[in-house]
Amino acid sequence: MKHYLLSVMQPVGEPPAPEVLQGIMHNLDVFHAELKEAGAWVFAGGLHGPETATVLRADKGDVLITDGPYTESKEYLGGICLIKAPDLDAALEWGRKATVATTLPIEVRPFMGEAED
Amino acid sequence: MTAKAGIEAVFRAEYGRAVAVLVRFLGDIDLAEEAVQDAFATAVRKWPETGVPPSPAGWIITTARNRAVDRLRRESTREARHAEAVQLYAPDAPPEEGPVRDDRLRLIFTCCHPALATQAQVALTLRLLGGLTTPQIARAFLVPEPTMAQRLVRAKAKIRDARIPYRVPRDADLPERVRGVLAVVYLIFNEGYGGREDLCAEAVRLGRLLAELMPDEPEVLGLLALMLLIEARRPARETPDGDLVLLSDQDRRLWDRDLIAEGQSLVRRCLRRNQPGPYQIQAAINAVHSDAPTAAATDWGQILALYDQLMVRAPSPVVALNRAVAVAETEGPRTALALVDALDLDGYHAFHAVRADLLRRLGRPTEAVAAYEAAIALTENPAERAHLERRRTELQVE
Repeated sequence: MKHYLLSVMQPVGEPPAPEVLQGIMHNLDVFHAELKEAGAWVFAGGLHGPETATVLRADKGDVLITDGPYTESKEYLGGICLIKAPDLDAALEWGRKATVATTLPIEVRPFMGEAED
Repeated sequence: MTAKAGIEAVFRAEYGRAVAVLVRFLGDIDLAEEAVQDAFATAVRKWPETGVPPSPAGWIITTARNRAVDRLRRESTREARHAEAVQLYAPDAPPEEGPVRDDRLRLIFTCCHPALATQAQVALTLRLLGGLTTPQIARAFLVPEPTMAQRLVRAKAKIRDARIPYRVPRDADLPERVRGVLAVVYLIFNEGYGGREDLCAEAVRLGRLLAELMPDEPEVLGLLALMLLIEARRPARETPDGDLVLLSDQDRRLWDRDLIAEGQSLVRRCLRRNQPGPYQIQAAINAVHSDAPTAAATDWGQILALYDQLMVRAPSPVVALNRAVAVAETEGPRTALALVDALDLDGYHAFHAVRADLLRRLGRPTEAVAAYEAAIALTENPAERAHLERRRTELQVE
């Protein structure tokens, strides 16, 4: 078994209309329930936007703290879903469901090492 | 041929088969390749004395497996991989055809996994199934050797780190995955079309392998037929100076009749099966061309009907362009030009080349020259470019 990270790639801009958002949240609930039933669920959650983030940097013995990061990117990490899967094909199946549920691009990335079965 | 060159030829031919089985034993492509290369070193030492064994593939697989087992036993630290441990310690029996066939299929589908970039799929296929060396693949794609080496290293690393499974896709996924494999083989074929015979030969060889392993997949047979029929025309398509001869101008006595016969037989087989698909239709179009003893005798009506089918199954501006070429023969260049002008293919050299030819036939030389210029600017293949330049010059002289 391996852990995979499913990252929701959220485009910068206005959130969708409330009815649309509600539909997506419902789809996500269904998706998460499926994951749990299959024993593939590890953790999932939506993230607040990058404007709520804080960055710490170690620099010559000091630790600097800044509001940010303020990169000029067109998209940011909107949420994560950690799953357990035997191989990439299985992980991609979940990724497929996730992108259909969220209508957003999903990145599927493997963690290093093995997960316990 | 030196003994070593002879042994190299055998290994090249059996490389895919051996690697396929060893990937399943060892659960890792790099280990499998190392094991096969170890076996090669042993063969170079031993075969000149003992002679080439009756089943070279069996010898290679057995030797490679034994050496890999020895090495693994010696190494004290080794990450547990999802290798089939039972096989690692199995007795020295030669592998049977069935399981080996399955392993080769596993290898093909792994090389052409959609999670890998197309370029990586192509490189892996040529390497693991074709047995080509990294320098050979690099030369084939006009890419520096370190770049190609990197590409292969990264692809194998992704297979390992993301854990792309070593399996034949399940039935529900097969049609799409087979399409992916065929696209890779056709890509290799097209890369070799403009003069690099060795790449075309490799693509045809891969096509034959696919047909052997998946004889019930009609599109697999269709692609093989398509490649054979196109390859059959090569002796007439290229002059010794490397110039291009158009289909309509080719000396059909130079066509390879054996390849045509094989291609047409495959097309007939596909027709009987009646599960048409894009490669089969394109093969059928080429079969109609191959049937005509002269260009004038070409059954353009049938070709147009086939393009109509292709437009239903795999519509695209390029297919529409090729269809328009057939329309020019059945309904005249004016009708065809109207169809071509409606297409959005400004960046495609063939679009301008077809326009130029139609304008030329319609007696509009100034516009034709402009179209030839546009085509020349976009054409990469030197033989094609030279041909277009000749056509343009003919018009400018008039």
